[in-house]
Amino acid sequence: MLDSKIPAGKLEEKWVDYKGHCKLVNPANKRKLEIIIVGTGLAGASAAAALGELGYKVKAFCFQDSPRRAHSIAAQGGINAAKNYQNDGDSVFRLFYDTVKGGDYRAREANVHRLAEVSVNIIDQCVAQGVPFAREYGGLLNNRSFGGTQVKRTFYAAGQTGQQLLIGAYQALERQVALGNVTMYSRHEMLDVVMVEGKARGIIARNLVNGELERHFGHAVLLCTGGYGNVFYLSTNAMGSNVTAAWKAHKKGATFANPCFTQIHPTCIPVSGDHQSKLTLMSESLRNDGRIWVPKQKGDKRKANDIPEEERDYYLERRYPAFGNLVPRDVASRAAKERCDAGYGVGTTGQAVYLDFKFNLINKYGKTEAGKLGIENPDIETLMRLGKEVVKEEYGNLFDMYEKITGENPYEVPMRIYPAVHYTMGGLWVDYELMTNVKGLYCLGEANFSDHGANRLGASALMQGLADGYFVIPYTIGNYLADEIATKPIPLTHEAFEQTEKAVADRINTLMNIKGKQTVESFHKRLGKIMWEKCGMARNAQGLQEAISEIQALKKEFWSDVRIPGTINEMNPELDKAGRVADFIELGELMCKDALNRNESCGGHFREESQTAEGEAERKDDEFAYVAAWEYAGESNWNLHKEQLNFEVAKPTQRSYK
Amino acid sequence: MEHYMMNLTLKVWRQKNTSDSGRFETYPVKNISSEMSFLEMIDVLNEELISEGKDPIAFDHDCREGICGACSMYINGRPHGPWHANTTCQLHMRAYKDGDTVVIEPWRANSFPVIKDLVVDRSAFDRIIQAGGYISVNTGNAVDANAIAINKDNADAAFAAAACIGCGACVAACKNSSALLFVSAKVSHLALLPQGNPERKTRAMNMVAQMDKEGFGACTNTGACEAVCPKEISIENIARLNREYMMAGAASDK
Amino acid sequence: MGSTVVIRIAEIGLFLGIFLHIIQGLMLEFQNRSKRKKGYAVPMGNKGSKWYSRSMGLLGTILLLFFILHWWHFWVPARFIGHPELTELEINGVHMHNMYNLMQYTFQELWVVIAYVVACISLCWHLIHGFQSAFRTVGVSNAKYNSLIQNVGIGYSIIISLAFAMMPVSMYLGWV
Repeated sequence: MLDSKIPAGKLEEKWVDYKGHCKLVNPANKRKLEIIIVGTGLAGASAAAALGELGYKVKAFCFQDSPRRAHSIAAQGGINAAKNYQNDGDSVFRLFYDTVKGGDYRAREANVHRLAEVSVNIIDQCVAQGVPFAREYGGLLNNRSFGGTQVKRTFYAAGQTGQQLLIGAYQALERQVALGNVTMYSRHEMLDVVMVEGKARGIIARNLVNGELERHFGHAVLLCTGGYGNVFYLSTNAMGSNVTAAWKAHKKGATFANPCFTQIHPTCIPVSGDHQSKLTLMSESLRNDGRIWVPKQKGDKRKANDIPEEERDYYLERRYPAFGNLVPRDVASRAAKERCDAGYGVGTTGQAVYLDFKFNLINKYGKTEAGKLGIENPDIETLMRLGKEVVKEEYGNLFDMYEKITGENPYEVPMRIYPAVHYTMGGLWVDYELMTNVKGLYCLGEANFSDHGANRLGASALMQGLADGYFVIPYTIGNYLADEIATKPIPLTHEAFEQTEKAVADRINTLMNIKGKQTVESFHKRLGKIMWEKCGMARNAQGLQEAISEIQALKKEFWSDVRIPGTINEMNPELDKAGRVADFIELGELMCKDALNRNESCGGHFREESQTAEGEAERKDDEFAYVAAWEYAGESNWNLHKEQLNFEVAKPTQRSYK
Repeated sequence: MEHYMMNLTLKVWRQKNTSDSGRFETYPVKNISSEMSFLEMIDVLNEELISEGKDPIAFDHDCREGICGACSMYINGRPHGPWHANTTCQLHMRAYKDGDTVVIEPWRANSFPVIKDLVVDRSAFDRIIQAGGYISVNTGNAVDANAIAINKDNADAAFAAAACIGCGACVAACKNSSALLFVSAKVSHLALLPQGNPERKTRAMNMVAQMDKEGFGACTNTGACEAVCPKEISIENIARLNREYMMAGAASDK
Repeated sequence: MGSTVVIRIAEIGLFLGIFLHIIQGLMLEFQNRSKRKKGYAVPMGNKGSKWYSRSMGLLGTILLLFFILHWWHFWVPARFIGHPELTELEINGVHMHNMYNLMQYTFQELWVVIAYVVACISLCWHLIHGFQSAFRTVGVSNAKYNSLIQNVGIGYSIIISLAFAMMPVSMYLGWV
């Protein structure tokens, strides 16, 4: 059932070879071909722009009021590219290798290599669009190291790289709108895929302003709808981020791959209470300069600055002397959870650890600056002052953000941080051409499963979104559409459109007519709690089985007791949210099922049954070196299809950070 | 940080749809923690309204970390509330004390019609970008990223202008409902970079023309836009736009 | 002064400039006001801008009313209808109006002096905003010179307005 269509030949020649042999569509025919793109983040906006430029008739959809607001905008750190501008030994191969290894050998080699190849084009393209990356005084691009890699390959624009890249793609998209090649539908949500004779031929979308359902035809449909981290209720995702489009596609036959692979980011601002609606990330780059610790004494209620040095447990430095505070995201997250679960957590909730900058303020930056200024034997105050100035330049915006949220000044007192759901590596299964197993239905960016395996490296999400949109889909979609030039637009009165729209309308009516007692939000919170506790940072068979039955019960309760105010034909955010939460509930069950099936620890997925004697993650390559692609087979029922992963170049090794 | 609880009185603009005339409704909210964000306080109120069988307050919001530009509340006479360089979603309740009255209105400008309650239509901004807020370069045409060196000061200034999140607070604050800070931020961002140079003149002319067409007012340099901008976009950009516009007009042969 | 042709030509230019400024200013004010048909319940007030920056229309209108009064007091009598206090003078064989006499007469009235002083205060605020705003509008803005422009503008506005106000005040108080 699953044909990954990986081209034959040597790894580094596959993509060149593919481009040289894929079918093309001539310009006159492109104008007759319509493409629907759902989502306008980095993947969607770049795909819409690139395909519009080629001359296809594109319709782009987003639920936000403007395509510029997609959540790619919130990415802070940067974007990787194998430019080797720093002459530090980087290459396409190294980026490929790091990504496969970082993904704990659960990604497809061919896709990852292609990603590394086109990464260099992305930077060129973005600079040409006017993306203001950070520069050196000589006028050339600057790089920083990120996520513990040994080379400096990350391009960045202060702490707002995602914003600048998205604005670049958004501007390219709006240019195509102005030229008439792209029609933009904002405040629209895709609610189903329309299938005609086994191929995706359109969507049913809901206008979120007046609630009306619309039918849209396309020769192909691209889903660029991001990740599903909000299944945990609390995550660093935007409030509107959802799985609905991907889930509808899944129910129409697209398999969902590795749903349990979620990334928990170690440095987020902790939850302050039950009112919490979302979590905010503090960039990973902060771990370059902060030391993570908890008190040595259980339940120590003293203020951080009152705890003397010898009573602090720098547990990452203790457990992982080689990497210390710079261990990968999954390792750092689990270590924090371990300390807090053991009762050493800090803050009012006890669910936080300290990230302390004082040591480096004084010793790393303060002393260097004092040296530059020729101050001999500087006192601590001077060192602190000098160090603060440097740190302000590097992370000023993050420190300000922390202070706005918590009211505490992180220059004076250590930050309190705790892991939070950040990214989902799983997603719709796609082949080498980014097509799902449903013909004509593509999936790009975070929404697909393809490039990050079981764990994503820092600064790789932006890279993948733009690679898929600017440089992969323009080639691969031609290979499909070349055979579709004779297909006339299917009239919107076709029975497939009628039936699909009716099914969507029925579901909305059902939701509205439940008229129960509990709010949508309360269900979402309960789902999140189950997922976080039983399918979060550490998972075990018993917990997962419990979670599955709890979710099934929750689903029943939702469909009999949810209360949605207002009416259908008006702007009704509660109704929008209800549809999304209903889908999250179903996804949650599949995630637990997948986590239960994968009885190994790899990347962000940690099964307590699969760990070494020292409590480190243990991967089982002989049993689980496959992509778990789940086919929907009716309510609470899925069939598992396995795509075996072959590592011909990057041979699997067990990660060790000791 | 010590936290405390408070009770507040909210006066919120309620408007069913664009054609409804709208009115203020008063809501008491109780037991609000100073650690909540402003939007979480609205969430609490909305949950109560739903439980009481009433319609919750509609408002735009998405990332809740101050970068997407969706949130847009005019709070006690100031866009995005009392804090400097801040968005509504990053405003936290320790800005208020027990017993305060908070009046919440939508952005007001003819070009930002109210869709529902506090939600306004800002698509005019997208159309202004369509008029020229881009560099016309097709994918795949780019030269090597380091082929053109860019003076760091210019690159930094371009970035500072490009930090605009398109929230529309500048329009909401301006007594003339002018969008010139938004337009000038984009014109500046692209004019400061060599890549933006070829289209410099047409860009300034066309974006300003579109701004007028959308029904925004004219700038009289009062500076309210800069004062409320969550990303501290400088009013200097407006002067730069004026310069670009005049040069373009003077040099135009059309 | 009216005896040389240069002044007559400058006068035409001045009038054209003033009328253009009045018409444009009022049009701008009305157009801008029309861009927000539904206003705020809680006005923004001084949270972000100075009252005089927002009140250019009001200050300008006060100045326009003042001009009408001023022209009625001096320009109209001198150019068209004459005035009993506007006697003829001859200095070095050149005939001219004795405007000094007319000023002495006009500024005996307290309400006139107050009106002129109010106008000069309005002028001062009008110029403080107008001076630096004009620079921005023509695109002259530079971190290096901005505070200079700001300060020169304030100094200029105060000196000009003060000097104008001194004329009625000193005549009323009998200083000259």
